[in-house]
Amino acid sequence: MTTDTTTKGTAPGATTPGDTVLDARGVTMRFGGLTAVRGVDLHVNSGEIVGLIGPNGAGKTTFFNCLTGLYIPTEGEVRYKGQVLPPKSFKVTAAGIARTFQNIRLFANMTVLENVLVGRHTRTKEGLWSALLRGPGFHKAEAASRARAMELLEFVGLAEKAEHLARNLPYGEQRKLEIARALASEPGLLLLDEPTAGMNPQETRATEDLVFAIRDQGIAVLVIEHDMRFIFNLCDRVAVLVQGEKLVEGDSATVQGDERVVAAYLGEPFEGAPGDEEAAEVEAAEAHAEPTTDAAPGKENDR
Amino acid sequence: MTTQITKDAPNTPPPAPAPKGLIPLPENTARATATAGGALTAASAFLAWTWTADFPGDLTVYGYPGGLQWLVLIGGALTALYGLTSYGIKGLRWLAPAGAYAALKFAALAAFATTWYTVLAISTELGGLVNLEPGGYIVALTSLAALLGALALPFQRPEPDPIDPDDTGWEHFKHRLRHGWDTTKAAFAADAPRPVGTLPSYAEILIITGVLALGLLVFTYGIGTEYDELFVGFLITAGFGFAALNKAGLVAHASQITARHQNITICGAFAAAACFPFTQTDDQYATLGVYILIFATVALGLNIVVGLAGLLDLGYVAFLGVGAYAAALVSGSPNSPFGVHFPFWAAILVGAGASLVFGVLIGAPTLRLRGDYLAIVTLGFGEIFRIAVNNMDGTSGPDITNGSNGISSIPNLELLGFDFGAQHTIAGFTIGRFANYFFLMLVVTAVVVLVFRRSSDSRIGRAWIAIREDETAALAMGINGFRVKLIAFALGACLAGTAGTVQAHVTYTVTPEQYLFAGQVPPNSAFLLAAVVLGGMGTIGGPLIGAALLFLIPNKLQFLGDYQLFAFGLALILLMRFRPEGLIPNRRRQLEFHEEAEAPTVLSKAGA
Repeated sequence: MTTDTTTKGTAPGATTPGDTVLDARGVTMRFGGLTAVRGVDLHVNSGEIVGLIGPNGAGKTTFFNCLTGLYIPTEGEVRYKGQVLPPKSFKVTAAGIARTFQNIRLFANMTVLENVLVGRHTRTKEGLWSALLRGPGFHKAEAASRARAMELLEFVGLAEKAEHLARNLPYGEQRKLEIARALASEPGLLLLDEPTAGMNPQETRATEDLVFAIRDQGIAVLVIEHDMRFIFNLCDRVAVLVQGEKLVEGDSATVQGDERVVAAYLGEPFEGAPGDEEAAEVEAAEAHAEPTTDAAPGKENDR
Repeated sequence: MTTQITKDAPNTPPPAPAPKGLIPLPENTARATATAGGALTAASAFLAWTWTADFPGDLTVYGYPGGLQWLVLIGGALTALYGLTSYGIKGLRWLAPAGAYAALKFAALAAFATTWYTVLAISTELGGLVNLEPGGYIVALTSLAALLGALALPFQRPEPDPIDPDDTGWEHFKHRLRHGWDTTKAAFAADAPRPVGTLPSYAEILIITGVLALGLLVFTYGIGTEYDELFVGFLITAGFGFAALNKAGLVAHASQITARHQNITICGAFAAAACFPFTQTDDQYATLGVYILIFATVALGLNIVVGLAGLLDLGYVAFLGVGAYAAALVSGSPNSPFGVHFPFWAAILVGAGASLVFGVLIGAPTLRLRGDYLAIVTLGFGEIFRIAVNNMDGTSGPDITNGSNGISSIPNLELLGFDFGAQHTIAGFTIGRFANYFFLMLVVTAVVVLVFRRSSDSRIGRAWIAIREDETAALAMGINGFRVKLIAFALGACLAGTAGTVQAHVTYTVTPEQYLFAGQVPPNSAFLLAAVVLGGMGTIGGPLIGAALLFLIPNKLQFLGDYQLFAFGLALILLMRFRPEGLIPNRRRQLEFHEEAEAPTVLSKAGA
C-alpha cells in the first residue's frame, strides 16, 4: 500500500532516508500506582510513516506526550537523531519534533496566518528589542516568515482563508491548519494524534494525501489513529499498543494477521479462524462507528 | 428610563405581521412627533427654566442657554437631526449608514434623560416644582413627546418562543420577562451599517481631524464641568449621544476610516491631547489631565501583561510605586538617605530599571503559576511592597523610605534649562506647572503606546497571544512560555516604573498609601485592572478611555462620597453583563463574547 518515497523539495529539518529519526527505548510512564505505558520501544526512520494503534486507554496519547516532552518518562529514554530529548516541550519542538493534538488546540482567536506564524517561533530569532526598534532585519525576517507561512497554507490548501479567525474554520480545515502550524516549525518528525477523528471518508482521503505529501518532503511521520483503513493504507509500519505495552510491530499485513491484535480489539474468538470474516466485521464496526465519531470528535485525554 | 420600557413591553399585544413600535401610533405621526419634539426641545433650551440663579449654571436667561441647557440643546438638536434623516432627506443620509430609527431613539432618550434630570434636579434642590418657569414645563413636555414619538417608531419584533403549558406560573413569568427584554433589545437594535465608501485620502484625514477635534471638545468639556449636576448631565448626554451615533453606524464608519490611517490617527490623537492645556486658562484642570495620563499610561502598561499575555496581575501598582520611590530617592529630596540629585534622564533610568529588576524578581518565581494562582500571588506581592516600604522607616527596618511619611519635597524637574515648576508663556497661552508635566507625561504615554503597538505586532507579541489562548499548545509550538511571560511581566513593570518616575515629581511626595490594592483614588491595582477591562483588553484606546472615565467620574461625583466604590462595583457588574468586551473592544474579543452574532469571519488588521 505504500507509495515510492520521492524526496522532492526536502524540508530543512529532514534527513537522508534510512536514518533513525526517533528512537524510544523502554519508555515507561507511571502516574502514581498506574502504569500507563510500560517499556515501549519504538523507532522511526526518516522518510517513513509509522502508525500507532490500540484500543482506547491503551496509552497511545500518553506515549505521545512522553515523546514531545509534555511528560517526562519515568523510565527509559527517547532519542531524536541520536540526542536524548530535553524535558521541555518547547525544546523538543526546537529540536525538530512537532505535533498536533487529539482535541484540536488551535489559537482560536488568532487568524489562520497568525497561527502558522506562531509555529515559526522556534525558527526565528527576533526578540523584543528588534520588535521595538524595527530595524531592517526585523522587516526582512517578518516578511520571510509570512512568505513561508503562506507557502505552508498553500500546501495544506488554506491560503485563501489566511485572514480568517481560526475558530471560524470548519472542523476538517482546523485539522489541516493544525498540521500546517506544526509544519511551520520545520520538523524532522511530525506526530499526528488522530488526524482524522470526526472526519468523513472524503476528508480522510484528503488527509491521507496530505500525509503522503508531507512524507515526500522528507519528514518522518508517526500517527495515532483509530481508522484502520486509513492506518493500513498509510503506514510503512504499524505498532500496536495494548494496555501500555507494545504487542506487535510490523507492516500492515503482519499486524492485520496477528491474532493478538484482533483479540485486543474484539476479544477472544470463540471458534474458527479470524480471517476475512473478521476483517468484514471490523469494517462493519467501523462503518457503524463513523457517524458517532462525527458527533463526538476525540476524547479529551491529553493535558 | 429603561425600567419604564421594560414595564411597557410585556403589555404590548402579540406581534402582528406589520412591524410596530412600543407605543401604538402610526409611523408617520410617530416620526413627526419625534422630530418636532426634538426641534422644540432644542428651541426650549433658549427659554428660562427657573426663576432664580440659585441653581448652578444660571438657567434664568431668555435667549441664551446656560450649563445644562446646552446639553439639552445638543440632545434635542441630535434628535431633530436624526428625525430629519429618517425622512431620507438628501445630504443627511451619511449621518445614518445603519438606519436612523435606532439612532433617533437613543438621541430622544439622551434629550429626554438630560432634560428630566435637569428639571428634577431643579425641583428637588430648590424645593418643589413651583420653582420651574414655564420654559421648564415646556421642555419637559417636548422632550417627553420626542421620546414617546421615537418609541412609537416601528421595529422588527422578535417571535416569542412557544410557551410550554406544563410550566409553572413562575416559569411563565420568566418567559414573559425574557420576551419583554428581547423586544426591548430589538426596539433599540440597528441594522449592520453599510460599508463606508472610498473617499479621497485628504477627505478621510479631514474626517479624522474632525473626529479627534470632537473627542478633544467632549473631553475638555467633561473635565471642565464645574458642578456635579453638569457632570451628571454631561455623562447622560455623552453616553446616550454616543450610543445614538453608534447605532447610526457613524462610529463604525469612523473606526473604519481611522483604521485605514492608523499612524495619522495616533499622531493626531496625541496632537489633540497636546492641545488640551491650551484650552485651559488656569492649571486647575491640567492637574486632572496629568493624573489621568499617569493613570492611563500605567493602565496601558498593564494591558500588555493582562490583555496580550493574559497574566492576571493584581499587584501592578507596586511597580508604579517602585519606579516612583526609586526616582524620588535619587532626585534630591531632603528625606532621601542617599542625598543625591540625579538629572532627570538618570532618574528615569533608575526608576524604570528598579521596576524592571523588581518585575523580574517577582515574576521569576510566580510566573510558573497559571490563572487564578498567579492573581493571588501578585496581589500578595503588591501588598508586600506597600508594607515593606511602610516599615523601612528606621525603627521597624532600615531607614530608607521614611515610612508612612513618605519621601516629600521632591524638587521640580529641570530639563535642558526648562523649569517644570515655573509658569511659562507659549504663544500667549500661560502654561502652568501641571501643564508642563502634562506635556512630559504625554511623551511617556507616546512611548508606551509605541512599545505596545510594536511589540504586539511581532514575533514576541504573537507568542504572548498564543500563550493567552492556549498555553499547552503554545509550548508545543516551541514557545518558551516562561521566558516569554517573564518578558511581558518585566516590560509591563518597566513601563509602570517610567510613569512612576514622572508621578513622583508631579505629586512632590510619594507615600506608601498611594499604592494600595484598592482605594478611593486611582491609580491603584483594582482601578488599573478595571480601566483595562472597562476600556477593552488588548487595545490601545481602551485603557486610555477607561482610565479617563474611572478617574473623572469619582473625581467629579464627590457627592457620592462613601457610596463611590459601591456604585463603581455596580457599574462594573452591569458592564460585564452587557458589554463584556469593554467599551472599545478588540475585534478578537468581540467575536469571542458574541458568538451568536453574525461574526465577520475576517479579522481586519485594525483589530489588534
